[in-house]
Formats: sequence, C-alpha cells, structure tokens
Amino acid sequence: MTATLTQLIPLTPPANPQLQDIRTQAAAYLQEETIPTNKNEEWRFTNLAPLLAQTFAAPNQQLPPVNINGLVIPEAPDSRLVFVNGIYAAEYSSIANLPAGVFVGNLAAATDAGLTVTNYLGKQPGGEEVFTAINTAGINDAAVVWLTKDSSYESPIQLLFIATVDDAAVAIQPRTLIVMEAGSSATLVQEYLHTSIPNHPYFSNSVTEIWLGDTAMLNHTRIQDEDITAIHIGKTAVSQSQHSSYTGNSIDLGSKLSRHNWEIFQIGAQTETNLNGLAMVNGEQESDTHSVIALTKPHGVTNQLHKCIVDDRAHAIFNGKVFVPQAAQQTNAGQLNRNLLLSPTARIDTKPQLEITADNVKCSHGATVSQLEDDEIFYLQSRGLDVETAKILLINAFAVEIIDRIPVASVREKLAVAVKAFKAS
Amino acid sequence: MINPNSPVILSIENLTANVDDTQILNGLNLEIKAGEIHAIMGPNGSGKSTLSKVLAGHPAYTVTGGKVTYKGENLFDLEPQDRARSGVFLAFQYPLEIPGVSNLDFLRVAYNSRQKHLGLEELDVFDFDELVQAKLDIVKMNPAFLSRSVNEGFSGGEKKRNEILQMAILQPSLAILDETDSGLDIDALKIVANGVNQLSNKDNSMLVITHYQRLLDYIIPDFVHVMANGQILTSGGKELALELEAKGYDWVTEPQPVG
Repeated sequence: MTATLTQLIPLTPPANPQLQDIRTQAAAYLQEETIPTNKNEEWRFTNLAPLLAQTFAAPNQQLPPVNINGLVIPEAPDSRLVFVNGIYAAEYSSIANLPAGVFVGNLAAATDAGLTVTNYLGKQPGGEEVFTAINTAGINDAAVVWLTKDSSYESPIQLLFIATVDDAAVAIQPRTLIVMEAGSSATLVQEYLHTSIPNHPYFSNSVTEIWLGDTAMLNHTRIQDEDITAIHIGKTAVSQSQHSSYTGNSIDLGSKLSRHNWEIFQIGAQTETNLNGLAMVNGEQESDTHSVIALTKPHGVTNQLHKCIVDDRAHAIFNGKVFVPQAAQQTNAGQLNRNLLLSPTARIDTKPQLEITADNVKCSHGATVSQLEDDEIFYLQSRGLDVETAKILLINAFAVEIIDRIPVASVREKLAVAVKAFKAS
Repeated sequence: MINPNSPVILSIENLTANVDDTQILNGLNLEIKAGEIHAIMGPNGSGKSTLSKVLAGHPAYTVTGGKVTYKGENLFDLEPQDRARSGVFLAFQYPLEIPGVSNLDFLRVAYNSRQKHLGLEELDVFDFDELVQAKLDIVKMNPAFLSRSVNEGFSGGEKKRNEILQMAILQPSLAILDETDSGLDIDALKIVANGVNQLSNKDNSMLVITHYQRLLDYIIPDFVHVMANGQILTSGGKELALELEAKGYDWVTEPQPVG
C-alpha cells in the first residue's frame, strides 16, 4: 500500500471498541492492495495523480468552529446532523425532537439507543475496494439514520458534512449508515460542503451504506460541492429488499477531482431503483460517476438518467453498469446518459454498459453528447435575450430535468443559483 | 394600409449578403412605411429567407454591401437582441424547441428584456400571467401550452401560433413572417392569419414572406414583391400575387419570348 495513504488511517484505537473488527479486516485487505492506476479498467479515464502528489494528514480531533448559516435547509429544522472534518458536531445538529422510531445521530448515540449497528456497518457488498477500505480501516464515527419498522418521517433529514481547512492538507473520511426497516420511509439530503479558506486542498473519502428492508422507501439526494482544490472520492452502496424503492439524486459540482461509486444491489424481487445524476464541471475539474445496478430477482425496475455539463478544459466520466442475470426475469431497465459540452477543450468519456443474460426483459440504454446550438441561441436573441442570458437559460434547461426531481424546494433553489453561476464560455 | 405621410420603418438599399461565401442577396431595395403590409414571394432559393435572417441578425449570414435603415438607425449597428428589443420581430419558419424552458417563463423573459430596454416597467410572474392570458385568444391558444416547454412536442400549427403569440406580446414595429404558412392546414392558416390581422395597425408594419399566394387570401398585402436571384424583380399591388399564382414564377424569372 502506498506510503502516503497509510497516514490516513489513525493509529489510535477506535472510540467504540466494536469497530475494531471491521477496522482490522479492512487494514488486512489494504496490505495486499495499491492505489489503482489507469491500467485498472474501473479507473481507466480517471487521473488519480493529484491524490498521490500530495501528503494528507488526519484532521485535528478537536472540532473547529464553522459558520453553518446558509448551509442548513429550512425544511429540516428538527432533523439535521452535522459533521465537521468527519467529527460529529452536536452543537450544530438538531435532533432533539424526533419522533419514536426515527433515529438520527452519531454512532455512539446509536449504540446507546440499542441499535445493532454492527450488523450493518461495513457489511455492504463491495467493501473490498481500496477507498472504501481506507475509510473503514480508520473508522471512528458515523452519521446514523435508522427508521424502525413502518415508521416514516415527513420532513427531509439533512446530513451535512462540512470540510474546513486552514493550513495543513487533511484527509476527511465521512461515514454514513442508513437503515430503513421494513415499511419505513424517509427523505434524505446528504451534502458534502466546505467553509474552507479557498485554495486549501483536502481529501474527502466518504462512504455511505444504505439498507432498505421490504417495502421501505428512501429518496436520497447527495450533493458534492467541495472546495475547487479538493479531491473527493465517495461510495454509496445500497441494498434493497423486495418491494423496496430507492430514488437517488446525485449532484456533483465541486472538487478538482471527484469520483462517485454508486452501487445498487437489488437483493429482493420487484424492487424499484431510480438514479438521477448531474455533474457540472468547468475549469480544470474532473468528475467521474461509476454506477452499478445489480439485479438478482424477477420484476425489478430501474430508471437511470445521468447528465453532465462540461465547460473549459474540464472532464466528465460516466460509466453505468446494469447487470440483469438469468434469475432477474421481467426486469424493466432504462438508462440514459446525456452530455452537454460547452467548450471545444471539454471532454466526456461515457460508457453505458448493460449485461443481460435473462431472456424475458425490457432494457434500453443510450448516450448523447451535444453542444449549445447557434440556432438555439439566435432564436433566443431574436426574442431580446443577450447571448449570456440565452446560454444560461439553455444550460439551466438541460440541468433542470435532474434538479426538478429533488423533492426539497430549498435544495432545488440553491442548485438553480449554482447553475446560474456556472460560467458559460 | 397605405398612407403616404406615414414614417418609413424600414429602408433597404442595394443590400448584398453571403452565407458560406456564396452570395445570396444581390442588391436588394425595399422601403416599408408604418401601417403597410408587404409580401415577398418567390421560388425556393430566391433569397427570401436569407433576407429575413439578415434583418434579424443571424450570425451565419454576412452583409457584404448596401444599407439598411430601421426607424432612422443603421440596423447593422444593433446586435440581434437589440434589434428585437427595438421592435424587429422574426416569426421563424421552423421555430426551435427548447426543452426544459417553460413557454410562460420564456415569454416573460423576452417581454421583460424589451421593457427594460424601453425603460418601461418589468412585470412579475402574476402580472405577466394576466397579460398573457389576455393575448391567448388572438391565436386561440390553449393555456395548457404555457406551462409546457417552448415548442417541445408542439404540432407545426401550434408552433406557428406560438410565434404569433410572441409577436402579440412583444408588439413589434416590424414583423417579418418567414413562411409562416408552411406546414399549416387551412384551419390553422386561418387562425394564424387572423392573429396577424388583429395585430396589424397604423403604427407597425409587416413583411410577409411566402412561397404561395394562399396566405395572402387571409393577410391582404398592400404591396407584393417578386424576388428571384437575391433581388426584387417586380413589385405591384395584391393582384400581382394572383397573377403569379396563375402564371407561375417562370413568368417573372425567365426572359419573355419575343413575339
């Protein structure tokens, strides 16, 4: 294992001794592994050189002060959990008035509440992967959302992971565990944001594990808007029992280099998965989404729409796998990747990938790459809009199809502002 | 209506223009006064649509000579959006579809950019909605089309009605209708023509570009010009259109046999 990355794993014992087992396992796995290179098919287009070029220290274990004004969503006054540099921030969180059956808190509180977190934490398939293992090998705490059987929570639950860096480059390793017992339902807004002094790089290596019981429903919005000099590598692993429904909205705006590994396992029959993705990058940014939807049982439904908007010399990557094995008959799977290139030096690599061995299924996939058409801009000019306004309108029109699928108004509004600020070339 | 004392809205003198280094307009002259409806007819490739795009400022067309004065100003000094804001309106032959932009929002942005340019009050969502609702009847448009994306999934007739609705809201001084009749059945044609007629008044002017005389049964022109090879060959009153329909374009575009 690369020397620079061993520094990311704290040598201190975990706060919770129950974590020692998964730490040890992950550390053992890492003994045999190295950071992937472009020779690895899964990392063919993604340049990890910026990660290796730098030394990152574990963050100071004292909670740094942050200003969370403007970061909290007003729809979640009683259901907000805040972590700063991976450390639980009780003073910024608001979880005192949650109803019975709905738990939102950190790992220690979850254990105190008698929740059997060790049955789920680190137990998702796909844990044998370098970045997930690095997160697990150093795990100390986690954001935990747990809804017991048939309980539901109307308001969104906000999980706010804030990075704040002053001088030394740090590695932050946010961890999230979501357990939705049978029949429960919730809306989650998970955000990776920063209040750093600009141009202070850091590495955020996040892992989210989501378990959906029978008929459970989760709407999960994930927003990555790290500092423009940061590196963000994130894993979202979801296991779905039968008749459950998972809708994920993944928005990537920030980071110099970002990667989202989004892995869905339909372990029960008649499950539904909706993945909506939007990556907006400019300057020298590189943003990569690798999604996997693995069906295993009949009557699964999956819909995926992933969009990328790429300007300047930025680079977006999409690789979307859908596995439909023999046992997954009557699957209905659709996948579409649409890309908008705003500059001749912007780059897209897209690879929609369906692997179907079942013979009675309905599957479609496709990818498109387009530019802003001169004729479209002229049409808007001929109605009195200047070129800049016309471009913003067209870029917004492309993005809004994804943004409108997010069920929280203030999040949609915030993203609309981000789209407007996205500089058209 | 013809009124010799009306101010000149548009004056085109010896206009030449290129697209992709091919000269399309070859010295075109035309003068339009307030209150007048002019029709330009001509065969395919005569330069009719080029003229409309040059006047609106499409970037693919290059003006190589001549002069166009709009309300006393050099039209080519104005960017396309400034031409639109000062009252030049082009109804497109093929209106573009803009998925993701609601028709109502689009109309409001367009209206407000003109208001701002003229130093007039911009309207908020509610006041603008009221204004639009009052205009819908001009083209008999279903209000449901306002909440849909601009032209997306509209039929040919609905797109053209949407163009005339935009015209009704922007109240241009010079409306250029580029083959507005193409692809319309007779009912849609009547609705569109009727909309245009309601918008025509003594202060504005219309330039109606068409291949067929049919449209001119419903929008009665004061002048008809026949265009070929990038020039206006002959001009006359509305009866010229009927003559063209009867005799075909060869009548004006080909040399007459001596006899």
